[in-house]
Amino acid sequence: MQQSRSYRNQYIYLSLILLLFFFVNIGLGSVSIPLKSVFSSLLGGNIENDSWQYIVQNYRLPKAITAIIVGSGLGISGLLMQTLFRNPLAGPFVLGISSGASLGVALIIMGASIFGGLVGTMLMTPWSLVIAASLGSLLVLMAVVAVSIRVRDTMAILIIGLMFGSITAAIVSILSYFSSAEQLQQYIFWGFGSLGNLSWNQLGVLTLVYVIGLIFGIYSIKQLNTLLLGENYAKSLGLNIQRSRLFIIIATSLLAGTITAFAGPIAFIGLAIPHLTRQIFKTSNHKVLLPAVFLYGAIVMLICDSIAQLPMSNYMLPINAITSIIGAPVVIWLLVRQRKMMF
Amino acid sequence: MKDSANHTVLKTNALSIGYRSKNNESIIASNITIQLGKGELIGLVGANGIGKSTLLRTLTKVQPSISGEIFIGNRPIEDHSSIQLAKALSLVLTEYGFSKNLTVYELIALGRHPYTNWIGTLSQNDKNIIEKVIGQTGIENLKEKKCYELSDGQLQKVMIARALAQDTQLIILDEPTTHLDMYHKAYILNLLKKLASDTGKTILFSSHEIDLAIQLCDKLIVMTEAQVISGTPKEHISKGSFNNLFPKDLIVFDVDSGSFKVKK
Repeated sequence: MQQSRSYRNQYIYLSLILLLFFFVNIGLGSVSIPLKSVFSSLLGGNIENDSWQYIVQNYRLPKAITAIIVGSGLGISGLLMQTLFRNPLAGPFVLGISSGASLGVALIIMGASIFGGLVGTMLMTPWSLVIAASLGSLLVLMAVVAVSIRVRDTMAILIIGLMFGSITAAIVSILSYFSSAEQLQQYIFWGFGSLGNLSWNQLGVLTLVYVIGLIFGIYSIKQLNTLLLGENYAKSLGLNIQRSRLFIIIATSLLAGTITAFAGPIAFIGLAIPHLTRQIFKTSNHKVLLPAVFLYGAIVMLICDSIAQLPMSNYMLPINAITSIIGAPVVIWLLVRQRKMMF
Repeated sequence: MKDSANHTVLKTNALSIGYRSKNNESIIASNITIQLGKGELIGLVGANGIGKSTLLRTLTKVQPSISGEIFIGNRPIEDHSSIQLAKALSLVLTEYGFSKNLTVYELIALGRHPYTNWIGTLSQNDKNIIEKVIGQTGIENLKEKKCYELSDGQLQKVMIARALAQDTQLIILDEPTTHLDMYHKAYILNLLKKLASDTGKTILFSSHEIDLAIQLCDKLIVMTEAQVISGTPKEHISKGSFNNLFPKDLIVFDVDSGSFKVKK
């Protein structure tokens, strides 16, 4: 099998590139730290400047890990959506899944004041954000799936996703009417997207849920490949459609839901990365695609984050702006270049 | 194949097909009793809208029957789990909506789904079977091609190979010759004939190519408004089953040539 060897080589190259950008990402920032000190603080060695060590260990390292999780997780959830809905334009953002997560987060951040006092502070733990965001995205995803069983038209499903987005925006604006300026600001900053606000504790929560979602995704590889034939063929091959669909949905809501909870609604990664990967690997076989999407998602996110922190300056751009500026033209280019986008 | 003909692969008993909703029942055809033997090529013919697809959907457990029984092997169809059914019968459908971004080999390999492990790893046995069906359908040169590069005729051969890879005793094809030119219609049906006699599989297909079906099939199931009859092409011709297939105002069946002629 010549082909599998060439895939392996590509995986090795991509892993090396990933490693490279991981260190580039850690090496860059508003404070310039010599490369040697970056490495020694990563390895836990003593360096002359304590604040450098603190920056690398408690800010830059968790941020780079978050970028890898966010990029790969959103990419994979986009891949799952595109196969499940048999729609090349599907993705966590387009289908309203990110909006569902936003709604959950909005209810927690701004609804906390409505409950007030003790309950309010209890609601503000990292777990509650994750649960609310995952539930929100699960809810929207279930609704989209329920509609998609009735409505076969793939364009209609995308429009329904957009409608869920508007409903969410409306509820959020009603909530914001009743909440304090401080909470509103907190929500708006969350909406810009950020990879850098996670403590090691929160990162632990994110990683745990991400790994569970990933396991569901890996378990679905065979089912996803069979679903490429269409539901009727898949059924004739003995596939339990209901169960497979449920597993794929759980994987997507866990991945997209938690990532959105911690990093904000990050646009276009989920839609663009699977397409980019299919263009380069030229296959729809999920056994090949899933690891490739993982690597590309992580690399692209690390690059986007490196750009966002505007090296050598004190400014920090919202990550959402960068992914949109890079992602939207990629999608347009793909649409124009290929007469028909494939899933 | 005389002696193996008594080995029945699929059997129905007073089967009624149709659609049932909460408060009404619309029966499309009833009292269908057919028997498909090992190694037989069986054609299902009938006018548009007569219920050929409904019959195929019922025989493949996609929709429930109204009454009567269906046996696959010696067991009622309801007793088969979805995996057992996937190992007993495979399908070639009319839909072309599947992803074309797979190689021919990958697509055929999906036919091994009921046999592979949780992540779909192909064992040496799976690979041998895939190579074998690629040889049987004569598509060695297409193996590494992408499905979007294929013509309709080539794609149909690939889908037949995929069904063969599923390694089932019975293969059911829904109108495998639509969209094909005259040569490829004959080619596909001839391929099915060869596969049935070489591999001993039972192949049932619906088609509008009545004259080709008369020449190639061991058995024909003729569906008309009044009844569903099954028999050899010769029996049908001598009984005059084809005369009632279509309204008689435009075309008539010509017994001598075994085909339909336009009335002059």
